[in-house]
Amino acid sequence: MTSFQGPATFAPHAATELQLLPLRFERLGANRFLVANFVGDLLLFNEEELDRTVSLAIAPGDGLYERAFEKLLVTRKKQRSQLQLLALRLRSRMSFLREPTPLHLFVVTLRCEHSCPYCQVSRRSAERDRFDMSEELALRAVDVALSAPPPRIKIEFQGGEPLLNFELVRKIVGAVHERAPARNKTVQFVIASNLALLSDEVLKFCQENDILLSTSLDGPADLHNRNRPRPGGNSHELAVAGIRRAQKVLGRSRVGALMTTTEASLTRVEEIVDEYLSLDLDGIFLRPLSPYGFAIKTKQFERYDGAAWLAFYERGLRYIIEVNKRGRYFPEFYAALLLKRMLSDRPIGYVDLRSPAGIGLGALVYNYDGKVFASDEGRMLAEMGDRTFELGDLQKDGYRSLVLSDKLVGLIGNTLAQCAPQCSSCAYESHCGAEPVYHHATQGDAVGIKPLSEFCARQKGVLQLLFEILDSGGEDAAVLRRWASG
Amino acid sequence: MTPLALAGAAIAVSGATPSERRMVLRVRDPRSVAEIDDRDGALIRDEEDLLAARARRFKTAVFLEGASLPDNADGFEVTVRLGERFDHLGDGDIVGLDPGSLRLRVLYRRASKHNSFLVTERCSHYCLMCSQPPRNVKDGWIIDEIASCIDLLDPATDSVGFTGGEPLLEWRRFIALLAVFRGRLPETAVHVLTNGRAFAAEEVTAAWAALGFQRLTAGIPLYSAVDAVHDYVVQARDAFDDTVLGILRLKDKGQRVEVRVVLHAVTAPRLRETCAWLARNLPFVDHVALMGLENTGFALANQDLLWIDPLDYQADLACGVDMLRAAGVNVSIYNLPLCLLDRSVWDIAVQSISDWKNGYLPECDGCAARRRCAGFFSSGRPRFSRGVNPIAVADLRANLRGHSEITTARDAP
Repeated sequence: MTSFQGPATFAPHAATELQLLPLRFERLGANRFLVANFVGDLLLFNEEELDRTVSLAIAPGDGLYERAFEKLLVTRKKQRSQLQLLALRLRSRMSFLREPTPLHLFVVTLRCEHSCPYCQVSRRSAERDRFDMSEELALRAVDVALSAPPPRIKIEFQGGEPLLNFELVRKIVGAVHERAPARNKTVQFVIASNLALLSDEVLKFCQENDILLSTSLDGPADLHNRNRPRPGGNSHELAVAGIRRAQKVLGRSRVGALMTTTEASLTRVEEIVDEYLSLDLDGIFLRPLSPYGFAIKTKQFERYDGAAWLAFYERGLRYIIEVNKRGRYFPEFYAALLLKRMLSDRPIGYVDLRSPAGIGLGALVYNYDGKVFASDEGRMLAEMGDRTFELGDLQKDGYRSLVLSDKLVGLIGNTLAQCAPQCSSCAYESHCGAEPVYHHATQGDAVGIKPLSEFCARQKGVLQLLFEILDSGGEDAAVLRRWASG
Repeated sequence: MTPLALAGAAIAVSGATPSERRMVLRVRDPRSVAEIDDRDGALIRDEEDLLAARARRFKTAVFLEGASLPDNADGFEVTVRLGERFDHLGDGDIVGLDPGSLRLRVLYRRASKHNSFLVTERCSHYCLMCSQPPRNVKDGWIIDEIASCIDLLDPATDSVGFTGGEPLLEWRRFIALLAVFRGRLPETAVHVLTNGRAFAAEEVTAAWAALGFQRLTAGIPLYSAVDAVHDYVVQARDAFDDTVLGILRLKDKGQRVEVRVVLHAVTAPRLRETCAWLARNLPFVDHVALMGLENTGFALANQDLLWIDPLDYQADLACGVDMLRAAGVNVSIYNLPLCLLDRSVWDIAVQSISDWKNGYLPECDGCAARRRCAGFFSSGRPRFSRGVNPIAVADLRANLRGHSEITTARDAP
């Protein structure tokens, strides 16, 4: 029998045989570093471990070599498998790019019967002729949307309150049903509505056309009604009634709700979550205010800072995790989205969190007046007089001229997180995205200075929080892992 | 606990042409067989078998030792006499026999779910725990022998394995054999146990994929996510790199791949990390098998290096399985009895040990899970955990909901 060789025979002959692979790191504490490999796998090192890894002072048996190799931080120079793993995983993570512009937003009217002080779209209360989309423009928009390459697209009706122009919604859905089969497209519809005007007729139409409803629910009645005033002060009552009816007629999974955090929400996250639980909604999205529209004009946006929101978010997340530990599957959707990116390589092309940015490549917005925008936030800015993200006009443009416009290519090309200052070296880059509209709006520059960016602070805060919970293990981590695989 | 005899020697062979180096023989029940092939031999246990064999004009007779027969039992062109150890042979089974040396191997047992063809004893690895230690011998004839018995296999055979050695050392001949096999048994699932290194070469993977064989799986051992550890276990430098590349190439071509991790004292300490790595880097493989060690072959020689009580990696195994499942990976546990596993993984513990070398302990008689349990290897020199312990009915029912084979110890055979 040939004798067996010891482990040393199979170790790299020398440190010169090793090579460092791309990595990014972030100091979390005095002697605590978060290290990310090229595709965003995260691990913790102390300073000595980080130093030894980057200087390749590691060898099998020391425990550090094993960790660094498993996490694709190092390779032997002639090895191919480590690089192939990184390449295929990166390809998978970025493969949402194979399906440009899956989302199309139709602003069928800017009118709304609510008068929310935080309204980010600057709604109007009157002048049907001026602020409703015309049928002619709507049909042009349908053709543009159906020209987008993916076989499956989503059309979302936005406002204002889209049910104030429900007749146009009907016509658009009808036109899509007529035109989509010839182009081999499957179209999913969503109506984003406050549900105050939800009639049996609308519900029946949604049922017949497999339309999802997405609504706003800010929490318990007093908070919701304070955030979302309407004549009669009954926004909460109508939203709750609408959600219940929609659940009954369309099915539980066919209606979802979003919340917006205002200063008044900050101390009440448990009540907000309870409200969602009592309505048997399938999860919650804890959302900060965005710096657009009335949120700026009424100074709602500046009432709390990133740190205050993060504290709110963490308290909410931990409360939601407890709910899950008691046996109810109830994700916080933003965490779920980030966790999918942290724990898998599925191509999560959430339009607001991509690099290249999701403007145009993720979504197009057809405004009531025929202008086409690269994102929902882009049209919000335009209502404030800033047309930076206006790509063209339905009267003269088609899908190609909009998406291949110099304006869009320039905006996207200049904002890649992979090479933007302070993003390119950020440990969280793989799980984040470029946010050109936000940074343009807040800093007057589409790239922005990240240490001054509340978007950046929020992202880092949430991602670090999720990492810490995962790293602490136990039941809390198990809950997060379930969300990621959901 | 003793394994079934699948290899050994015949007591005597007469009538076979001396020049015939090896013969392939399918044993038949002479009383029930429909058509007779030249390579069929009547299995004779008693006088009725003998009369039926004569009536059906069998040219070959296989006599089992101890059969009570009249004196005039001869009169066949070829006569094979086998010892009692081969009493398990039944209708449709196939043996390979060397008339000169009387060496005999059972190639196929029709009633078994665990048929596996050894393709070669040669291997490019020299694994610390190899249960089938490789030998550097000229055994290219084995592929020919397998090829010559493919048309004797029952077309209803559900699954067949090919193993080694490393079956793909002579990859052109082996893939040609698979093509013949597929032509004859297109419905049969085929599992090839290979170290996967050959697939690092594109032409091998292309030839494999060109078979167009839906039910073909490459079962590829990968013992660690650390190159130095894997290479040490298989005793070959660069093995990790080739094997991972091979897996990637196979999946790139849409081929089925099973990753097999054998758990022992060298691999178990990083079991959690290995599972986490699989979940992140190879979640697209079709199956991951986490396997208990068979204490035979080289595993015996390296016992001091390899032995770990499965109880000592029980928690890591449960954690690893949880990570793989969360990533959507189809995972099973092989070769480990339920009493040594965390209850959270009982549902994926499979009765994986081939029937001919599967056994149970006296303690198992009082166990409610016996009929659902992988039990133990009877091969080699079995070594038992301190945790072997009968499972109570209530425990089993509470932790294996929906499984029909839950039984009380009284029902167990």
